[in-house]
Amino acid sequence: MSTFWSIWISVIVLGTVFGCWWLLWATRKSQTTDTETDRTMGHSFDGIEEYDNPLPKWWFYLFLATCVFALGYLALYPGLGNWKGLLGWTAVNQWEAEVAEAEEKYGPIYAQYGQTPVPELAENSDAMKIGQRLFANNCAVCHGSAARGQVGFPNLTDDDWLWGGTPEAILETLHNGRMGNMPAKGTMPSMTNEQVDQVVNYVLSFSGREKDAEAAKAGEQVFAQACVACHGPEGKGMQALGAPNLTDNTWLYGSTYEWIKETVMNGRQNQMPAQDRLLSDDQIQILAAYVYSLSN
Amino acid sequence: MKHEIVEKNLGLMIVLIVLTISGGFLAEVVPLFFLKETNEPVEGLEPLSALELEGRDIYIREGCHVCHTQQIRPFRAETERYGHYSVAGEFVYDRPFLWGSKRTGPDLARVGGRYSDAWQRQHLYDPRSVVPESNMPAFPWLFEDRVDHSKTAAKMETLQTLGVPYTDEQIAEASAQVEGKFEIEALVAYLQQLGTVISDKR
Repeated sequence: MSTFWSIWISVIVLGTVFGCWWLLWATRKSQTTDTETDRTMGHSFDGIEEYDNPLPKWWFYLFLATCVFALGYLALYPGLGNWKGLLGWTAVNQWEAEVAEAEEKYGPIYAQYGQTPVPELAENSDAMKIGQRLFANNCAVCHGSAARGQVGFPNLTDDDWLWGGTPEAILETLHNGRMGNMPAKGTMPSMTNEQVDQVVNYVLSFSGREKDAEAAKAGEQVFAQACVACHGPEGKGMQALGAPNLTDNTWLYGSTYEWIKETVMNGRQNQMPAQDRLLSDDQIQILAAYVYSLSN
Repeated sequence: MKHEIVEKNLGLMIVLIVLTISGGFLAEVVPLFFLKETNEPVEGLEPLSALELEGRDIYIREGCHVCHTQQIRPFRAETERYGHYSVAGEFVYDRPFLWGSKRTGPDLARVGGRYSDAWQRQHLYDPRSVVPESNMPAFPWLFEDRVDHSKTAAKMETLQTLGVPYTDEQIAEASAQVEGKFEIEALVAYLQQLGTVISDKR
């Protein structure tokens, strides 16, 4: 802050405090003796008169005390331009002190958990209590408070993994996020509507639910051209690409003919945001252990 | 001085009242117009793109700021949950600012990048489909209505005269950039950039 504004603020603030002080004394009634009490203002309305008594002393001195308090406050805290206050308080250093205190208390615990391997940490009930809180604050919005997911957001409590359920894979997912991208019509942009119907039936046939056996048979060809690059020749998926297994009974999006057709026609984009930017390594380690513990 | 003099001279009373109530404004507000801390953008701050700007206007139109604040206070409880506390330099291009005054929903100052675009869309279409506990209203019309692109350039010009560093080229392209976009796209684009200029681990 420039000297001008510092002086500007100080003059107004101190001027206000001393102005109040002056006003209190200047307008104080001088009636201090008993004989002068019961004097009236000197006017009468329909016989009603108004006393002209002074403010009670305790009240008057309370006003003065507020001025004294203000001066004390301004000496201790930063209220006068560039004056930092005798206590050196700022909103930021109060926050830093809060954080430092918490760091001292929780830092060693986090550091210890951060060094513990994920499977071992998953057995630690204290660590998992922290993990549950972290999950509720950071993950539950998409994956649900019970971690069972939603349409488009994977269930974390089952044994089915898009990107792998090993401790290393979970840590990678948390640290750097994942970007799942199924292009519309897979690797076969020229797919006709008939071929879409065929390939959907073929995908349904993995779980014995095809609507049209002939179409499903024809769909094998289409699948080989459009889908195997990611989902594999048997439709069992590929975790390196986040391509789901199509032969199990777990569906990230709907499992009906209409849903699968929608997926094939328009593709799917699915993103797990990277947590590296948001959480510390120790917190991520605990979260990974918590997620690991949900299915192990 | 007698109190009677003030009470019986209306002009004098008005002058004294104006002096009294302007004291706080002169000391607490006026200097902020001239301070470096409140006028200089933080490093890396860019004005909103045309689409994000329209998203911001939709945010205001739908009253998001009534239930969501955009200001993280410097308390550990807040920085643990939301990220680095807000600083004045992040808001120099915000006219008007959307700090809000009440949190029915969570603070959104650093919501950018926290959730995927797909989540934001799903959540705005039907909040309870992803967060069963939520009491946020649904905004399905954002998925049907297109952004009104007729005033985008004019809005940016107005902001330019107020000191937001838009280039003439950006303004010329503005209308074309938002034409045909759905309102949801603009709103999600706005949300996904919120607070990303300062990133800090919690």
